[in-house]
Amino acid sequence: MGGIPHDHYEPKTKGEKWLDSRLPIVGLMYTTLTAPTPKNLNWMWIWGIVLTFCLALQIVTGIVLAMHYTPHVDNAFASVEHITRNVNGGYMLRYLHANGASLFFVAVYAHIFRGLYYGSYKSPREVTWIIGMLIYLLMMATGFMGYVLPWGQMSFWGATVITGLFGAIPFIGDTLQTFLLGGPAVDNATLNRFFSLHYLLPFVIAGLVIVHIWAFHTTGNNNPTGVEVRRGSKEEAEKDTLPFWPYFVIKDLFALAVILAVFFAIVGFMPNYLGHPDNYIEANPLSTPAHIVPEWYFLPFYAILRAFTAEVWVVQIATFVTGGIVTAKFFGVLAMFGAIAVMALVPWLDTSSVRSGRFRPMFKWWFALLVIDFFALMWLGAMPAEEPYASFSLIASAYWFAYFLVILPLLGVIEKPDTPPATIEDDFAAHYGSDADKQPAE
Amino acid sequence: MFKKLAISTVAAITLATGAMAAGEGAHIENIDFSFDGPFGTYDQNQLQRGLQIYTEVCAACHGLKYVPIRTLGDEGGPHLPADQVRAYADQFSVNDELANPQLFDLETEEYRALTPADSFPINNANAAPDLSLMAKSRAAFHGPYGLGINQLMKGTGGAEYIAALMQGYVDAPSCTPDDMDGSYNKYFTSGGYPAECMDEDGHHKYPGSWIAMGQPLYGEDVDYADGHSNSLHHESEDVAAFLMWAAEPKLQARKQAGFVGVLLLTLLSVLLYLTNKRLWAPHKKKKH
Amino acid sequence: MSNSEEHEGTRRDFLLYATGGTGAVVAGAAVWPLINQMNPSADVRALASIFVNVGDLEPGTQLTVKWLGKPVFIRRRTEDEIAEAAAVALTDLPDADARNANIGAADASDANRSLSEDGEWLVMMGVCTHLGCVPLGDAGDFGGWFCPCHGSHYDTAGRIRKGPAPENLPVPPAVFVDDATIKLG
Repeated sequence: MGGIPHDHYEPKTKGEKWLDSRLPIVGLMYTTLTAPTPKNLNWMWIWGIVLTFCLALQIVTGIVLAMHYTPHVDNAFASVEHITRNVNGGYMLRYLHANGASLFFVAVYAHIFRGLYYGSYKSPREVTWIIGMLIYLLMMATGFMGYVLPWGQMSFWGATVITGLFGAIPFIGDTLQTFLLGGPAVDNATLNRFFSLHYLLPFVIAGLVIVHIWAFHTTGNNNPTGVEVRRGSKEEAEKDTLPFWPYFVIKDLFALAVILAVFFAIVGFMPNYLGHPDNYIEANPLSTPAHIVPEWYFLPFYAILRAFTAEVWVVQIATFVTGGIVTAKFFGVLAMFGAIAVMALVPWLDTSSVRSGRFRPMFKWWFALLVIDFFALMWLGAMPAEEPYASFSLIASAYWFAYFLVILPLLGVIEKPDTPPATIEDDFAAHYGSDADKQPAE
Repeated sequence: MFKKLAISTVAAITLATGAMAAGEGAHIENIDFSFDGPFGTYDQNQLQRGLQIYTEVCAACHGLKYVPIRTLGDEGGPHLPADQVRAYADQFSVNDELANPQLFDLETEEYRALTPADSFPINNANAAPDLSLMAKSRAAFHGPYGLGINQLMKGTGGAEYIAALMQGYVDAPSCTPDDMDGSYNKYFTSGGYPAECMDEDGHHKYPGSWIAMGQPLYGEDVDYADGHSNSLHHESEDVAAFLMWAAEPKLQARKQAGFVGVLLLTLLSVLLYLTNKRLWAPHKKKKH
Repeated sequence: MSNSEEHEGTRRDFLLYATGGTGAVVAGAAVWPLINQMNPSADVRALASIFVNVGDLEPGTQLTVKWLGKPVFIRRRTEDEIAEAAAVALTDLPDADARNANIGAADASDANRSLSEDGEWLVMMGVCTHLGCVPLGDAGDFGGWFCPCHGSHYDTAGRIRKGPAPENLPVPPAVFVDDATIKLG
């Protein structure tokens, strides 16, 4: 566990030794559960458990829904109605799955921004970060394909628009788009393969989650100070850490219960809050809804996609320089994927010597602006593509790239960071007191 | 920092949803339906009245293909006695037989009568939309301030939209050309709009648009067995309530499940909070 | 001092039990719907009972309806058929059980096979108890049903009399809801 000295599982009985020499699974579980965890983790370190729960929730409800769903253009919409009307408890299963996707993304954004603030991506945790970004990309793919399955108007036209993005790629675009759709347009072949992949990808995500956990168990957790756990001796390490079970499991479960109470209120009382009414109209390839809006969790990147129109000078230069290969449409696609790519590259873009944003006076403000920028983009993504939203989108998109490509590299050079505490124990004591300042017994 | 972040998350999500409210229809007022709010349930008598309007008026053109007839007997719905449900199915006249091949009996070579196990028939005869999900595929309001939170107390407004539409047939504005198709309805947003009624920028001068459906209800269209008022206002609300039930028949069961879930999880949260506090107490010694 | 420690201990134990217990209840409440969804859905359950209009049936004719995917014979018997079936001695029957889902275990007398007190109505599954073929009506050595697959003969009360079939044709749950309607299931 990250080179942090700790107790190991010792098989005692004959049976335990027999199993341990063949499959050390008890030892693995012991090491995972007793992992020494920085004791100063705050409430932003709960999202990992929430995300794990979401993945389990989505897989379990998804498998159950697949027992009643029919992936065929003639029956898909009706089979979803069948689930909500006829299947025992189907109305809850379906709404849990649909809203579960939203909870998943709320948690993943909180998790990502926590990592961005406390520098969890910085050395030696780059691999954990990259794996996390892969999981996030797969989540988006899974969420998108899942939204197509009910075969409502938004499903159909969302699929048409998003797969159209691939058509913007020069030279191979049309071929690629036809390949993805299995035909000239979104149709039965598309629905079938989306169903297949929507079922498959969560298990790929589950595999990557294990790798993600493996990676940060190798480096040890980051913590709000960004100071590493002392690894000199077991006694020293124990002053900085507490075992994962029960301290952090109970803490995380408490947070999960609170979050789920809110989640259940939404599922029970306003399950269509985050949905779109148009998706209760069956897909009609001959009529497009007035406003196509993606699910809320795609909105920030959808705004970036739309921001770069042919009127923007950057786009015009790109088009000119490449001799027309990079069209405005393709530029938008590049920008959208680029926005995620720069986030994935942040371990090498951040030059600061200090890890946690808590001790970076200038960084704090730029980070706050990034969070605001993210929500601004989310809002703009839902607005119609007209002025003044188009200009705002462009400014907000520009800041997104500037933060990662300009501000972070420069800040490491010009900023004078505060001094973090020497040890996690000191930080914890500063908040909660230590054994040393025990009050005299009354 | 993260508190702020959390607050703005909620705000941004709600803004994003609220922003989908785009329409040029007249303002639709909330109606205090019995099924609104976390503890709302359907009014059985109102659903039965709405069913009567659907049967006697709407069914002539509109299908209700996702609603099984047997559910008319469900608790929480119109809750008709079983023999009435059977009689209702048996006497229901199928107006568009060609659209309902499932009712064709190959042995007798005739269309058979409906049974409670069947769904309401499809009706495409006049190209009128199916009403099964109408109340969920429309939203009338997204407030307050576009936050959409009023769904919790008022629903999405689909039923309000239907009730308003029934009462939205007013005299067409004087700019209407003589050859304009359809009827002017001040709440209908996705219909035709004559250029004569737009200003130079293409903005509509009057709310609503022209709808293909002629005015279906005028008041006193049906006689209610329970003696309830059959004014246009009441008929509109009754049929809207019925269509809300048709779209979301499990609303009551869902709200109950949600309530039990919230209750159990709140209890669990409190207990876990206390356990967590107790667990950490030896390690957290507040400084004085 | 020791007193307060003891108090602390029980309080902590109670809290742990309460938390664990509530957690178990929540988990159980979450698991049940996941299992229950595999039970037959409402549309399937709705087909478990059907109503058959028998008002047009004349004595000496029969109706075959499909119920739960299998044929059901509904026969309005003539006086002669009833008399013939009633006259059979129980000792002549290979299967002496009524096989009537409406009355449970009883002997296979004609009265126990028929749906109505006057013996006019006979309702039974049209599936041969040998290997599942559909027997032909008004046929066989006993004036009842005859299975063409392996030559089982049933009498006018649907009881096996001759051939390989081991049991009488079973009578499904059936009841008259009014003079002209039988509810199956």
